[in-house]
Amino acid sequence: MENSQRVVVTGMGVVAPNGVGLTEFEASIKSGKSGIRFFKELEDLNFSCQIGGKPNIPEALLKEYFSPLQLRGLNSSGIIYGVMAGMDAWKDAGLTIDPDSKSPDWDNGIIFGTGILGVDKFREAIHLIDAGKTRRLGSTSVLQTMASGISAYLGGILGCGNQVTTNSSACTTGTEAILMGYERIKSGKATRMLVGSCSDHGPYVWGGFDAMRILPGTYNQNPEEASRPMSESAAGFVPGSGAGALLLEDYDAAIKRGATIYAEILGGEVNSGGQRAEGSMTAANNEAVIRCIQNALKNSGIKAEDIDAVNGHLTATTRDAVEIENWKKALSRNHDNFPYINSLKGMTGHCLSAAGSIESVAAILQLQGNYIFGNVNCNNIHPEILEKIDHSSIPQKTIQKKIKHLIKASFGFGDVNAVVIFKNINDQND
Amino acid sequence: MIKMTDQDIISRLKHIVKPYVQREIGMQDFNKQTDFLKDLEINSANLVDVVLDVEDEFGIEVDNDSMQGMLRVGDAVNIINNKKSIQ
Repeated sequence: MENSQRVVVTGMGVVAPNGVGLTEFEASIKSGKSGIRFFKELEDLNFSCQIGGKPNIPEALLKEYFSPLQLRGLNSSGIIYGVMAGMDAWKDAGLTIDPDSKSPDWDNGIIFGTGILGVDKFREAIHLIDAGKTRRLGSTSVLQTMASGISAYLGGILGCGNQVTTNSSACTTGTEAILMGYERIKSGKATRMLVGSCSDHGPYVWGGFDAMRILPGTYNQNPEEASRPMSESAAGFVPGSGAGALLLEDYDAAIKRGATIYAEILGGEVNSGGQRAEGSMTAANNEAVIRCIQNALKNSGIKAEDIDAVNGHLTATTRDAVEIENWKKALSRNHDNFPYINSLKGMTGHCLSAAGSIESVAAILQLQGNYIFGNVNCNNIHPEILEKIDHSSIPQKTIQKKIKHLIKASFGFGDVNAVVIFKNINDQND
Repeated sequence: MIKMTDQDIISRLKHIVKPYVQREIGMQDFNKQTDFLKDLEINSANLVDVVLDVEDEFGIEVDNDSMQGMLRVGDAVNIINNKKSIQ
């Protein structure tokens, strides 16, 4: 197996609330299109927050990804999103799918994470079991609700014979999956890793967050304005769902087959704040966040001043200002030389376990297209943030800008962090 | 109720198993001797789903013992006839 110690992204796929497929998604992020909608179902269930982000998938589109047999009784939205994004990334990389091959594809593997999988299917099962009808569950109840169901579905469709697994670390899941796949290739154990993450939609995923009173309850009439990262009027995160996928590949292997390279993954870091000091089950320990960012830089062999753009976690809660402070310290910047920063969540809401991968797809599209997408719903930047950094670092509209190094972070419940650094290597002058 | 002929049952069974069949050629001569796993290459895990579909189609309940013996189309026809006769 070849091993050049360099890992590149050669394919991407995305199923996001504001766009399904790379073309639609990119058009949305450039124009600031929101995918947040009102759901009558949530109103009927007495949710405080009756809005959310859910990808729009026409029935006909499903048939392009799933066989009629796979579609029978399929009631796991995470699997639907993850399989679509994963297959798209695979094909986008120029790789083929051969359902008739007899031998596993030993060099290629999958790390595709999720927070919880197949909750609607699980609900179906619970009702049948409680009614004494366990024998009526059918054969796919386990497959659709096991956490690794998403990597299992993709593994079978693609025939991968390398490591096929699912990681789970709350809202860092997607970013962590990228780093796990990166390590696998870097250590020479795989040539290609399909990495990404998915998140189910709906009341049974979002209800727990609603109960924690951390979702906005005052934007049910104007859903598109509800998700307001870095804004003074941020009122909590809007729950989302979907999936993002990246095909990571050994650099030499990519060059050899003439693959299109989106970006290089220079490195990154994962750590935990141990739920110590200000860290808790639901809040990040600041020292851990700063350390994670700084170690990511060190592991990538670049300096803090090399960073041109930040794609933050920035969920639209009171924690956004704290995150900005942590970035500022970790990157040793002052008020006036802070890099560009944006948050996708203004358009998609917080896609939970899918956030890191969907946002990484958006981040890499920016590198590729030389732009910084605008922060939506952020016309009234929080004064605490403006004390720390200049408003020019927070573009309101998409701006054309050459970016060489972009840093992306995700933070999750359990006080866990993941930071990854992407580099644009398509510029011949570098 | 009008008595179903075996041929009626077989044609309804053929419709039921169609989505699970991985060896299409096995469907061309679908008769009592057709083996669900060998001739049609239905994934053994999916036999559970075939049984549930049979239950829904014929309004019967197929117990686990009966299911164990359901290897060929003819076995299914017998099970359906037996269950229908005791309803």
